[in-house]
Amino acid sequence: MAQHSSKGARFQAVTANRLSDGEVVYLSPDNQWAETFAAADIADGPEAGDALMARALPADFELHVLEPYLFEVLQDGTQYKPASVREIIRAAGPTVRLDLGKQADAKRES
Amino acid sequence: MYRYDEFDHQLVGERVKQFRGQVERRVSGELTEDAFKPLRLMNGVYLQLHAYMLRVAIPYGTLSSKQMRMQAHIARKYDRGYGHFTTRQNIQFNWPALDKIPDLLEELATVEMHAIQTSGNCIRNVTSDQYAAAIDGEIEDPRIISEIIRQWSTFHPEFTYLPRKFKIAVTGHDNDRAAIKLHDIGIVIKQNELGDVGYEIHVGGGQGRTPFIAKKMADFVPKAQLLAYLEAVMRVYNMLGRRDNSYKARIKIMVHETGEVEMRRLIEAEFAKIDASQMLAVPQAEIDRISAYFASPEFENLPATSATLDAAQAQDADFARWVRANVVAHKQHGYGIVNISLKPIGGVPGDATDVQMEAVADLAERYSFDEIRVTHEQNLVLPHIRLDDLKTVYDALNAHELATANLGLISDTIACPGLDYCNLANARSIPLAQEISERFADLDQQYDIGELKIKISGCINACGHHHVGHIGILGVDKKGTEFYQISLGGSADENASIGTITGRAFTEETIVDAIETVVTTYTDMRQTDERFIDTYRRVGLDPFKERLYAE
Ligand code: HEM
Ligand code: SF4
Repeated sequence: MAQHSSKGARFQAVTANRLSDGEVVYLSPDNQWAETFAAADIADGPEAGDALMARALPADFELHVLEPYLFEVLQDGTQYKPASVREIIRAAGPTVRLDLGKQADAKRES
Repeated sequence: MYRYDEFDHQLVGERVKQFRGQVERRVSGELTEDAFKPLRLMNGVYLQLHAYMLRVAIPYGTLSSKQMRMQAHIARKYDRGYGHFTTRQNIQFNWPALDKIPDLLEELATVEMHAIQTSGNCIRNVTSDQYAAAIDGEIEDPRIISEIIRQWSTFHPEFTYLPRKFKIAVTGHDNDRAAIKLHDIGIVIKQNELGDVGYEIHVGGGQGRTPFIAKKMADFVPKAQLLAYLEAVMRVYNMLGRRDNSYKARIKIMVHETGEVEMRRLIEAEFAKIDASQMLAVPQAEIDRISAYFASPEFENLPATSATLDAAQAQDADFARWVRANVVAHKQHGYGIVNISLKPIGGVPGDATDVQMEAVADLAERYSFDEIRVTHEQNLVLPHIRLDDLKTVYDALNAHELATANLGLISDTIACPGLDYCNLANARSIPLAQEISERFADLDQQYDIGELKIKISGCINACGHHHVGHIGILGVDKKGTEFYQISLGGSADENASIGTITGRAFTEETIVDAIETVVTTYTDMRQTDERFIDTYRRVGLDPFKERLYAE
C-alpha cells in the first residue's frame, strides 16, 4: 500500500472500502463506517492518528470493510478536506462522471 | 464463432458456483481478505477507488450480438448503465456489488462468457487482429489458433502458477494490428515457399515499468508443432523466470537478462526434449471442429463498387468523411469493414452505454453476420458490412453518437481509467484525452494532421500503452499532485518501437499546450506525405525538445 500521508502530516482520517459493494467509507467519531468524508473523525497529530487507526481495526473489522488506511487531511478554514487528488476523487467520485459516485448522491439530496 | 462444448459449459458453471461459495464465506467472515483476494482476482474482480471492478474476457475480441446484448444487460442491471472496453479487448464494469457478482457471472455464462484468467499469474485472454477474416492479405484467420491456445492454456496445471501474468497475441496479417511485439509471446501466421502455413514467434515483449520489444525466437514453427513450441517457451520461463521480485518476473526481463541468443538456445533445447510422439499435436478433427466455428460467412457475390454508396457519399459530406476515415476495404467485393469509434469529441475513450451496446448488437445482427469485434485501441468493429448498407448503418450509429469519423487520428486516443477509477493510478488519464480531443475537435484539422496515435497511462503499469504511443503521456505523482511526462516515437505496429521521454514533466494546466506544441512542431517540419511518426524518425527528438522547453 502506497503512503497516503506525508511525513509532516498533522491531520489525518481513516478510510476503507465497504466489503459488500466497495463503497468508499470513513471511520466516524462513533466508530461507524460512514459514507461521507464530512462524517469522518479527524485526528490531530501523529499519536491521535495511530489511535484512530487502531480504532479502525477491531477483531471483526474485515466483516465490514477492506484495506483501511490513514490519509492526510488539510484544514481549510473551519472545514477539512483530503490533501491528495486521489483522496479528493475518492471522496467525490470520478471527475469525468459527475453524475456518479458520492458527488451525485450529494446533488440528489440537496 | 466458437461455441462452448459440454466441457466448457460445465467448467464455467462449476467455477461460478465455487466463486459464489467463496463470496459467501468472505461475507460471513470465514475467509479473510488476504485469503479471498487471490480468489476474487482469479475471477476478474478487482477493487478500484470507488467500488469493485469486474473484467470480463472477450476472447480475441470477438462478440456475437447476443453476447453484446448481455453486456448491455449487465451494465444496466448490475452497474451504472455503461461498460469500458479495454486495450486487452476486454470489457470492464466499474460498479458491481461484490454480493451480486456471482449472479452476474451466472447470467454471463448463459452467453458463454466468463471473467476467468482476466487477472492473476496465468495465461491471459489471447488477443488478436480485429480485422480477422475480413481483411485482404490474411494468411489464415488468427482466431482459430487463438482458440486452440485458449483451450490449451485454460486451467493448464503447469501454467496456473506462473512467475507472473502471461499475454499472447496472434495476427494472420503482415500489418500488425494486435501489437504482437508487445506481448510475452507474439505470433505471426506465415506461409513458406512450399505454401505451408506456420508461425513466426516473438518472445519477451511487454510494457509496464520496463518496456521491451519482443525478440524473434523462431522464423517458422510448423503448424503441428505450435503447442509443443509454446510449451517449451513456457517451461523455460517457468524454470528460470524470477519469482523473487515481481518487477523482474515477466519473461521480457528474462529474455533481456539471458540474452536473445541464449534464450533461443534454451527454448530449442526444451523443444527438442518434447517427445515427437506426444507432440501435443492437436488432432485434426479438433482443428476442423474449431475451424468450422470460424467458417467464412456466406458473402453475396457483389460488384466491387456500390452506386448506392456513391450517391449517398455525394449527398452527405459527413457520411463521406466517415467512410473515408472509418471504413476499411474488405477482402470480399461489395463489403466494407466498419470501425465504430468509441472516442467522441470530449467523451471517455472506450466507454459505451447499455443503449449504445444494444444499438451495435442490432446492427451486427442485421448487417454484419452477427459479429462484433473489440479493438485494442478501444473501438468496436462491424467486420462485414455490405457497401450498399453503409449509409443505413452510419445513420443508425450516428443516432447513438457512435459515428465520430476519427479512426487513427489525434482524437482517437487510448486512455486507461487512471485516477478517476484506478487504485494504482498516479494521475488522471481520461480528462486529458477529453481535453486533447476538444482542442483538436475540428475534423479537417485532424485529417490535416493525419495518423497520430496518442496513448495515455495514469501510472507506469502502462495499461494505456503510453510507451508505444506516437505521443505517449504518463501520469506521475508529486506529493499528491498530478504531473504528466511526454514520450515521443513509440509505435505498436509491425515496426514497433518504444518512445523516448522528452524531459521534465508538465502540469495538468500545461500538458495540453505541450501536446499542441509537439503537433505544430511536426506540422512545421513535415515533408510531403510524412506522418507524425515518419517525421519523428527522420528528425529525432531534439527539435521537439527545443520547442517544448524553450523559455
Ligand atoms: C483497476 C484497474 C486496473 C488495474 C488494477 C490494473 C493493473 C495492472 C498492472 C499492475 C499492470 C502491470 C503489470 C506488469 O507490469 O507486470 C498492468 C498492465 C497492463 N494493463 Fe492493467 N490494470 C487495470 C486496468 C486496465 C485497463 C482498463 C486496461 C485497458 C485499457 C489494462 C490493460 C493493461 C495492459 C495492456 C497492460 C500492459 C501489459 C504489459 O506489461 O505488457 N489494464 N495493469
Ligand atoms: S496504467 Fe496505472 S492508472 Fe492506468 S489503469 Fe493501469 S494501473 Fe491503473
